[in-house]
Amino acid sequence: MRSFRDTWLIYQRSLTLSLRNPVWVIMGIGQPILYLLLFGPLLTNIAKLPGFPPGGAFNVFVPGILVMTALFGSGYVGFSLCDEMREGVVERMRVTPMSRVAMLLGRSLRDVTLLEGQALILVILAIPFGLEINLGGVVVAFALLALVGLMMSPVSYTLALILKSEDSLAPVVNGVAVPLLLLSGVMLPMSFAPDWLQTVAKFNPLYHAVAAIRELFNGSYGDTEILIGVVILAVLAVVTISFGARSFSRAAA
Amino acid sequence: MSTLTNSTPIIETVGLRRTFKGRGEAVEAVAGVDLRVLAGDIFGFLGPNGAGKTTTLRILATLLPPTAGSARVAGFDVARQAREVRTRIGYVAQSGGSYREATGREELIIQGRLFGMSKADSSIRAAEILEALDLTDAADRTCGTYSGGMRRRLNIGIGMVHRPALLFLDEPTTGLDPQARARMWEEIRKLRETGTTVFLTTHYLEEADALCDRLAIIDHGKIVAEGSPSELKHDIAGDVVTIGVNGHADQVVKLLEAQPYVREACLEDGLVRLYVDSGEAAVPAVLRLLDAHGMAPSTMNLHRPSLDDVFLKKTGRSLRETAA
Repeated sequence: MRSFRDTWLIYQRSLTLSLRNPVWVIMGIGQPILYLLLFGPLLTNIAKLPGFPPGGAFNVFVPGILVMTALFGSGYVGFSLCDEMREGVVERMRVTPMSRVAMLLGRSLRDVTLLEGQALILVILAIPFGLEINLGGVVVAFALLALVGLMMSPVSYTLALILKSEDSLAPVVNGVAVPLLLLSGVMLPMSFAPDWLQTVAKFNPLYHAVAAIRELFNGSYGDTEILIGVVILAVLAVVTISFGARSFSRAAA
Repeated sequence: MSTLTNSTPIIETVGLRRTFKGRGEAVEAVAGVDLRVLAGDIFGFLGPNGAGKTTTLRILATLLPPTAGSARVAGFDVARQAREVRTRIGYVAQSGGSYREATGREELIIQGRLFGMSKADSSIRAAEILEALDLTDAADRTCGTYSGGMRRRLNIGIGMVHRPALLFLDEPTTGLDPQARARMWEEIRKLRETGTTVFLTTHYLEEADALCDRLAIIDHGKIVAEGSPSELKHDIAGDVVTIGVNGHADQVVKLLEAQPYVREACLEDGLVRLYVDSGEAAVPAVLRLLDAHGMAPSTMNLHRPSLDDVFLKKTGRSLRETAA
């Protein structure tokens, strides 16, 4: 009960602070919009090639862009934690009886909220380009995207607690995020990849996230990719949250 | 809130140790600290940077588990009953605690709520603290716009929201101008009047002297002296006579060391320092002695001991040199 209350308190506080100075939120959506405008149109011709997955170019590309937004958006949330640590906020809260899970979960849920807002803007922007959606699929896809955020944010916060400074955090996050991005089939579908690369990609949870969201956008609710994506992401989110919460209770920040 | 009486130790540590493993050898930041702090006191923890003050404080505030030894704070064990300790203490880190993009009022209210207060109670308490710390006008501005002194006062306010029996302050006045420092001292004395025990660290001798009921001097992770400021000055140092001599200083030190009225003689900054029981009696005797040996002092000073003398005596170094 205490954890729920504390999570809600930290969620409210972090969301208020993020919206008061929304520069990160705006920067976080700027890049995916550029991809949508300047890279998306390249795919319209490629979509005619054999081996391109079903659905139009944007139905293949937008799910990837959403996962990319989650990956980089949540990947860098640790930056704000470094800032709070430097000002002693984390230490101050660790000397209260508050729940340690709440310190992590309140912030992560704030990140998910902002991510969903960004995703909504991207989907609406993509419709004039030819994105075809069905409402039910998008709702489930957004739930799946929330799982991606809940899996990624704790990783970034845990790294921030260990590394303590933005300067050390940035290369580590990049080092993790870029291979995950390349192996997820965001830019081009993995169906174009040679066999070995497809095999490697199957070990990337984000590959399954992208695949599941594509099926949902196309309305293929029965596809096993959806179930695989949900299970993998849910399990990993539980793992990263438990690990992250432990870091908060131990942090020598 | 506290049921502790004035004779109960609110902090009691036995053989407290903390080792940090670096890349090379392990560093013992706290090397066996035994402390007793009585409820109601302002207790000062004095030492140069890197002496182990902050590490000890962090152990007592449940932020860092001790490597060995034990500590009871507000009646509970810091390692095994951390949650119990946390509900009874306030902690104000050197890094502050307030976030520059939040307002002072927001910070106070969330702190109260994290201690389980209702929204209404926490708002009332926040207004009370803002008023007491003279921050009402700035309450709804973000902390980043506060002056150094205001921000420090707010941070202490955040530590007091839940009316803790014991408040830890890590270097509460470092970096403040003299006026803001005087103001901070006033606030800390007010806390004592309300029955709050204050445990503060400082590397300012004047601060320890002016503010603290009792203090412990720490160096290289060990407590080298403990007592009230006047006890420490009297028992350890006595009076101090400094003598300027032209050349042959070593000879003078040797000569004076042998005198029964000299507790200790040493050389410091080219001056001979004598620790004596009574300066008034020692000065003429020293003059006669030097005269008999055909030596004349160039300068001679008698002063009542300061805590720096205590520190110098105990550690062989001056705190003024080691302080950053």
